[in-house]
Amino acid sequence: MARIAVLVFPGSNCDHDAYHAAKHVFGQDARFVWHKEESVGDADLVIVPGGFSYGDYLRSGAIARFSPVMKDVVRHAKEGGLVLGVCNGFQVLCEAGLLPGALMRNASLRFVCRDVHLRVENAETPFTNQAQVGDLLTVPVAHGDGNYTADEATLDRLEAENRVVFRYADADGQITPEANPNGSARNIAGVLGENGNVLGMMPHPERCVEAILGHGGADGAVLFRSALAHLGESVAA
Amino acid sequence: MSTPRPRPEDPAITSEIVSDHGLSPEEYQMILDYLGRTPTLTELGIYSVMWSEHCSYKNSIALLKTLPREGENLLAEAGEENAGLVDIGDGLAVAFKIESHNHPSAVEPYQGAATGVGGIQRDIFTMGARPICSLNSLRFGSLENPRVRFLVDGVVRGIGGYGNSFGVPTVGGEVVFDPAYEGNPLVNAMSVGLVKVGETVSATAEGVGNPVFIVGSATGRDGIHGATFASEEISEESEAKRPSVQVGDPFTEKLLLEASLEVIKTGAVVGMQDMGAAGITCSSSEMSAKGGVGMDIQLEKTPQRESGMTPYEILLSESQERMLLVVEKGREHEVEAVFEKWDLHAVQIGVVTDTQRVRVTWHGDLVADVPADSLVLGGGAPVYHRETARPTYLDQTQAWTPESLDDLDASTAGGALRQLLGSPTVASKRWVFEQYDTHVRTNTVSGPGPTDAAVVRIKGTERGLAAKTDCNGRYVYLNPRRGGRAAVAEAARNVVCAGGKPLAVTNCLNFGNPYKPEVYWQFTEAVGGMGDACRAFETPVTGGNVSFYNENPDGAIFPTPTIGMVGLVEDVEAHTTTADFKSEGDVLLLVTPASWRHTGGVEGSEYLSHVHGLTTGDAPHLDLDEEKAVQAATLAAIRAGHVRSAHDASDGGLAVALAESCIHGGIGAEVALGDGFDGRLDGVLFGEAQSRVVLSVAPEAAEAVRQLAEQHGAQATAIGTVGGDRLAIAVGGETVVDEAVSDLAEPFHTAIPRAMGEAVAA
Repeated sequence: MARIAVLVFPGSNCDHDAYHAAKHVFGQDARFVWHKEESVGDADLVIVPGGFSYGDYLRSGAIARFSPVMKDVVRHAKEGGLVLGVCNGFQVLCEAGLLPGALMRNASLRFVCRDVHLRVENAETPFTNQAQVGDLLTVPVAHGDGNYTADEATLDRLEAENRVVFRYADADGQITPEANPNGSARNIAGVLGENGNVLGMMPHPERCVEAILGHGGADGAVLFRSALAHLGESVAA
Repeated sequence: MSTPRPRPEDPAITSEIVSDHGLSPEEYQMILDYLGRTPTLTELGIYSVMWSEHCSYKNSIALLKTLPREGENLLAEAGEENAGLVDIGDGLAVAFKIESHNHPSAVEPYQGAATGVGGIQRDIFTMGARPICSLNSLRFGSLENPRVRFLVDGVVRGIGGYGNSFGVPTVGGEVVFDPAYEGNPLVNAMSVGLVKVGETVSATAEGVGNPVFIVGSATGRDGIHGATFASEEISEESEAKRPSVQVGDPFTEKLLLEASLEVIKTGAVVGMQDMGAAGITCSSSEMSAKGGVGMDIQLEKTPQRESGMTPYEILLSESQERMLLVVEKGREHEVEAVFEKWDLHAVQIGVVTDTQRVRVTWHGDLVADVPADSLVLGGGAPVYHRETARPTYLDQTQAWTPESLDDLDASTAGGALRQLLGSPTVASKRWVFEQYDTHVRTNTVSGPGPTDAAVVRIKGTERGLAAKTDCNGRYVYLNPRRGGRAAVAEAARNVVCAGGKPLAVTNCLNFGNPYKPEVYWQFTEAVGGMGDACRAFETPVTGGNVSFYNENPDGAIFPTPTIGMVGLVEDVEAHTTTADFKSEGDVLLLVTPASWRHTGGVEGSEYLSHVHGLTTGDAPHLDLDEEKAVQAATLAAIRAGHVRSAHDASDGGLAVALAESCIHGGIGAEVALGDGFDGRLDGVLFGEAQSRVVLSVAPEAAEAVRQLAEQHGAQATAIGTVGGDRLAIAVGGETVVDEAVSDLAEPFHTAIPRAMGEAVAA
């Protein structure tokens, strides 16, 4: 069983969803880690969940990065441990310097909650090894600050190093402005850290791992299956 | 202790001061009798808010008591606790309630709506229940009015801003536009929570000597006299009442939620009540009165966010995200530890006494000393039976017949259908609900969109809850009694169409000024109608809220008794049903009462209102026995596993219902209406006679459903098949509508974003 730590900041609200997916859907050894704790313990995978840490009153994720537990998350990442940041978690990881770029207010200036299509751009990551390049995943987004931005040189480097993992696409897999729910640069929905073991993404894979919840199936499961495969766990499909 | 003395800064109590506090001379005399002396300004303020309509229900409680409030599964009856509580089996109970925040939203839409959402969540988690979903019910004027667009934008942002951050999904609701709500929008927020039976907390103070804690946010000057503001009409001066609107902090509320549920687990909490209207005053007096005890409060200990606040201001502040807790003596540290973990204030401000009085001191000086019971509903608060008079407009509207209108024909019916689908009331609310987080907590099985009611699963069980808010204010305006019945009937029908069995009701009664006899007649009749329907469907009323004084300079709003209905889905995986057509070749069955023939016309319909600009005629046909039969038949067919889609005919009638199921399913249908459909074409297509449900079923299931319907005293008539990419409707052999589904979808999907001034993709 993989050991999965789900961080809980004041204002996290997708922590239970990540825990439920890890523990009850995939049967792993999941536990919550309160942000005041100093260590993520011997976790194989750290999930930084969505929500509104500290209310997002300053800048999304800007205060959470100073929580005591984040020092150990950085240590864990530097030692090659897996880290998945979703939504607010993506914002926290950018603020913590584990991922490049930043997430600005959506171009529409409105919160957006809907299913989007993600095109898999790199299927050789710890989080997508069970997918194929070009696969289209239906995954929900729910955020007000999901507009990914970085300077042109950084974006070029991300693409050159194959660190763009997901892009927003239309139903035919085309990368179009209409398919982009938040104005993200180059339709980027998820990026890898330098060493390939940290993934940040705005869409919520943990919300679509059970068919009963709709979202066109359970496409988010592929991220969990990939991470578990990477960790050498056998998982029922 | 001695008698409270006026503060140095207090003005003398004059008749002007009394009147400024919204108290009548008779009410002031009651205060003098209760106290046996002249009240201090602080005490006058306390009575003012506690006897405001908002807190005391003084003009409504006598009628509310006529509503059915008992049922086998009720664990807490209306008025007993902060919200109703219904046993749903598996050791679980559901707590739910709806509340208005109309007046604040009219002057400050973002914060008004946001704090409406926050307030109703506290009502749920103060009982120990974790909120699992939110709904709302919104009414606005015409979107052509820029002020209305400003209100819509602010209210939607406010609901999203608070709910999304708080982390409870907004799964359903309704948004209706009519000039009747110009200047006085309605913002009703509903929350549904889950709690293990036996783990609830009561809003009761007990145990003399037990400490009283205030927890959560610090207290500021926001929202002083909010309850009083909510108890008067919106006027030119309302803008000046903006400081009466509270300011919400969903982040603190999220912390307060987690801390409250955690502190309950310690077992050290004797009683807990959230602070909404009238803040410390209301929570301390209600908890004391309910427990038959008193409280001594050292008010200066209250954490304050502003300096120089007076006792009057602190007592009446409606600062959000606060709770009052009575804690078992000796276990204070357990409570303090939990709130410290969540970085929230938890300060002892008082103690439970045996005096049955709420006594407030300020740095040692007694500033208020009042009998708790004299303040509260069910105790000494006034109760009024107001004068009623049947409004004269009803003579005209009920005598109206459609003869003066040209009927539709095959050349105009399709256009009328497209026009109706583009009515903001009928059109897709996607622009609205995509601004709400509808999935957080991963329980949403059917969210907003192609479904008659939302369905959330209950993790760890096979069950789910269906929930819906409903009210057609136009029906209530045209026939208050039938309209009141229809609000309950439609809510129940929607719950059934989603696969649920209706359990119980919460209501939010939005009416005009109760001192106007015509308004009070509407109120009396509508409450009577709701009671009729709740008894028929065996769905008791578990509580809710009354909002009077919904008027603007042009007159009262449509009387709008919003119903919040919760139902139980026995097998959430198998029974959850949506409204979209699914498969080519499925048979369309129209479930109606057994002896039904199409008799209803366009009276009171959305068609008449939107296409002809007329709000007139009687409310559409509704018979409660017929309705029960149709619902029983529909639920039986769903539970038997025969139903692919279910959708009731409501706003826009049968033609709009069919079109919506086509649009949502992305597939057409061919429909032939023959026997039973007589009379004017506009009535056949767009009439809103109640008790009609369109089912789509696999061809081989049609006969079984027909028989089930008969067994339940209804009938299921085959009216067509699903398929193709057009909706064609023939009446009496003549095709009168033949439209591409994409042409129907266009106005349906673009009406609201266009009206809000957004670019719409072609």
